[in-house]
Amino acid sequence: MLWLGVAYLVALGGLFVTAFWTTNEFSNTLVRVWNTDNFEQLFTLDVYRTITLRTIGVAVAVTVIDAIVAFPIALFMAKVASQRWQRIMLIAVLMPLWASYLVKAYAWRAMFSSTGPVNSLLDPLGLHLGYGLPATVITLAYLWLPYMILPMFAGLERVPDSVLEASADLGARGGTTLRRVILPILAPAVFAGSIFTFSLTLGDYIAVKIVGGTNQLLGNAVYDSALTGSNLPFAAALATIPVVIMLVYLAAVRRTGALDEL
Amino acid sequence: MILSRTAKAALAAVTGLVLLVIYAPLALVVVNSFNTSRSFSWPPDGFTTKWWNVAWRNTEVRDALGLSLQVAAVSTVISLVLGTMAALALQRYRFFGRDAVSLLIILPIALPGIVTGLAFQSLFKSMLGIDLGFWTIVVAHATFCIVTVFNNVLARLRRVGGNLEEASMDLGAGTFTTFRLVTFPMLRSALLAGGLLAFALSFDEIIVTTFTSGTSRTLPIWILDHMFRPNDAPVVNVVAAALIFASIIPIWIAQRLSQGNELVGAKT
Amino acid sequence: MKRTRTLTALVTIGALGLMMSGCGSDDGSSPSAAGFVAPDLPQKESLGAGEGAVSILSWAGYAEKDWVEPFEKATGCKATVKTFNTSDEAVKLMTDGGYDVVSASGDASLRLIAAGTVEPVNTDLVPNYADVYPFLKDKAWNSVDGQMYGIPHGYGANLLMWNTDKVKPAPTDWSIVFDGASAYSGKVTAYDSPIYIADAALYLMNTQPDLGIKDPYALDKDQLAAAVDLLKMQKEHVGEYWSDYAKEQSAFKTGDSVVGTTWQVIASLAEGEGTKVKAILPDSGSTGWSDTWMVATKSEHKNCAYQWLNEIISPKANAAVAQYFGESPANGKACALAEKGFCETYHAGDASYAEKIHYWTTPTSSCLDGRTDVKCTTYQEWTQAWTEIKG
Repeated sequence: MLWLGVAYLVALGGLFVTAFWTTNEFSNTLVRVWNTDNFEQLFTLDVYRTITLRTIGVAVAVTVIDAIVAFPIALFMAKVASQRWQRIMLIAVLMPLWASYLVKAYAWRAMFSSTGPVNSLLDPLGLHLGYGLPATVITLAYLWLPYMILPMFAGLERVPDSVLEASADLGARGGTTLRRVILPILAPAVFAGSIFTFSLTLGDYIAVKIVGGTNQLLGNAVYDSALTGSNLPFAAALATIPVVIMLVYLAAVRRTGALDEL
Repeated sequence: MILSRTAKAALAAVTGLVLLVIYAPLALVVVNSFNTSRSFSWPPDGFTTKWWNVAWRNTEVRDALGLSLQVAAVSTVISLVLGTMAALALQRYRFFGRDAVSLLIILPIALPGIVTGLAFQSLFKSMLGIDLGFWTIVVAHATFCIVTVFNNVLARLRRVGGNLEEASMDLGAGTFTTFRLVTFPMLRSALLAGGLLAFALSFDEIIVTTFTSGTSRTLPIWILDHMFRPNDAPVVNVVAAALIFASIIPIWIAQRLSQGNELVGAKT
Repeated sequence: MKRTRTLTALVTIGALGLMMSGCGSDDGSSPSAAGFVAPDLPQKESLGAGEGAVSILSWAGYAEKDWVEPFEKATGCKATVKTFNTSDEAVKLMTDGGYDVVSASGDASLRLIAAGTVEPVNTDLVPNYADVYPFLKDKAWNSVDGQMYGIPHGYGANLLMWNTDKVKPAPTDWSIVFDGASAYSGKVTAYDSPIYIADAALYLMNTQPDLGIKDPYALDKDQLAAAVDLLKMQKEHVGEYWSDYAKEQSAFKTGDSVVGTTWQVIASLAEGEGTKVKAILPDSGSTGWSDTWMVATKSEHKNCAYQWLNEIISPKANAAVAQYFGESPANGKACALAEKGFCETYHAGDASYAEKIHYWTTPTSSCLDGRTDVKCTTYQEWTQAWTEIKG
């Protein structure tokens, strides 16, 4: 039963070990000489710190935006909509998951172009939103939104109406109920959704190429080292950064019970 | 219900707005599939159904679609079997390292796709010397799809507890009969929900697939290859638009089967 | 471990080959024989009946159904096609074996020759070879001492493109995307690959002679640093980098990019869509590519392999490939079968045009320009430098 899990761990372990090797310049084959050059470069070159911080910033922004946008829609679906509408809206939320990721990203490229809909709306206001980090954040937030709505919807559905009514009966107003009752129950679901948005953002290298202007994220750096430069050891060393970030994040949200909500 | 009428109306308005934003780019894709221009840009130059014709006759697209469906189906079946078994084991038996196992199941989805992809590539190619192809994609996909089934089933098991199964056993049913007649019907909608999300995850996955597919082309890989050739970009739009419409079918079927709101995510 | 050692030996030979061949890469003359020991392999002397099968290792877009199927029907050689995306991948797959023919770029061909993975090609057995442009024959990247190791297949240049409405006066050389980039800040575009460093190096070679750059693919540490500085300066004005046709085409169409490097195929497509652009190969030269079909030494289907070599440069197939991929064909007769004006647009057969192209070559630590007193920077170092440039 655990064969996949074990295979995965072995694969990860193997990759991590590779990070301590180097490659032969001409054949790009691995040279199994133990060294820490890759990690030294990683820590001494400023560019990798910049990219890491930028990536974390984007991941945080995407997560926050998704949580804020997903909340009203999840609340509406769980507590306001009729059974029938709930079903229709679930379909509406799920459907974009099936449309190709790449095509959606390209659609946003058209949206953010100089002549596209976004800038047609912004131009009269004297604003312009071209390709760059803000466009990347919006596109990624868009792409991962369903992954945030689903756990939040599930979390809210589990809040019995009676609890909310009790809160109201005890004199709590809407805002207070929201803050003191709904949000604490919802927290694990939000963290569960954030695991998706975080890990998906940390691993993405395609959307940022399409709408990110000249920006690059960690995923691009890993991809470029592994495929363009055929330097698997360095790519492996780079890949440990998102792994460490995610492990720290998992450890942090584990106490909230988020891992059961995925 | 505590929400005032105004609050409900406001919620409905915000929800409507969000849905509008969700669907605007999709609408753009559909509009562009009828655009005479070869490049993906706005505003469209003119109307044509030429690309739908071209796409319909494109056998590569059909092959890629076929492969994607097969990969997603097999990965989903593997996820269903392994995810259910894992959930049953974790719910029923207390054993050493239980938390570790559950973390292990979550890890593949929690770690970025590029890491999972690289790790599998080096496992298959360098360590095992396997040629990349159908089965390597399936194994990689199943690994990160298990978690969706696992979590849905586990949540269901926690809710219903083990009483019914105990009763069944007490009445003389064997383990297998109990599973068939009691456990499985109980889990059905949870399995459906988990399986559907697993299928969707696998079907549109591109990053892990890039590293584990070798020369086989799933639909997302085909799209990636062709999006970048201007002669094919319009066909890609058509494929995407068709996918959007086609996605209604599995979701609708699932809705019918689940007969309620226990679809993906609803784990109450 | 034995295998590793053999590989190392092969690679060392490969390195020597690259080093020596580099001497001639500027003017395209044959490499000197000294120091380069190509394994003594016989070339095929006569053609027999086809073996009924051929395994093709090809760049994506070089062996598509439209011309592979007619080949199968005509020769009875059932073709299996595997595509690759980088030269390194091609070398790895060829070394592993199992393929009969490969389309190798300049940065892979010599590694294959020196390692004995591919054998000399008897051009007499390839009737269509007679029609291949003379300036593609006996070049540093496809021959050793006048012995051809493959059949030239097609070539192309990286051009300078600009929006004729927005960029005035019309630029004549690359300075507009480097020193003069500030005039179009935020609307400049560049190719998103480490190999683009060579474009900067070529510019420095022409504008800053005291840096001593002789070959844009042979940069020592200081020269690379100079190129990196130039590209970092350029980055301030770059709106976005492009890596694929569609991205650049749409950026020029919407006006998000107005000047930058391009391929002819993109320029043609953009023009076809009504975007006001012009693309030129500046007199000071440019980077570009040239690819060669080669035959595996261990091939068991050599008759079919030779038939494929002949087929792919036949006027019909060569025209189809050139148009599909967007490059100049190697066979001048292909022009009669290509769309009207195609060969003029791509400057097919124009020797003076081809002379201005510095074909893509993978940089290695032994300098390709023949210097032996310094170590040059490798492609891996270029890759890291590229990450650093993008920041």
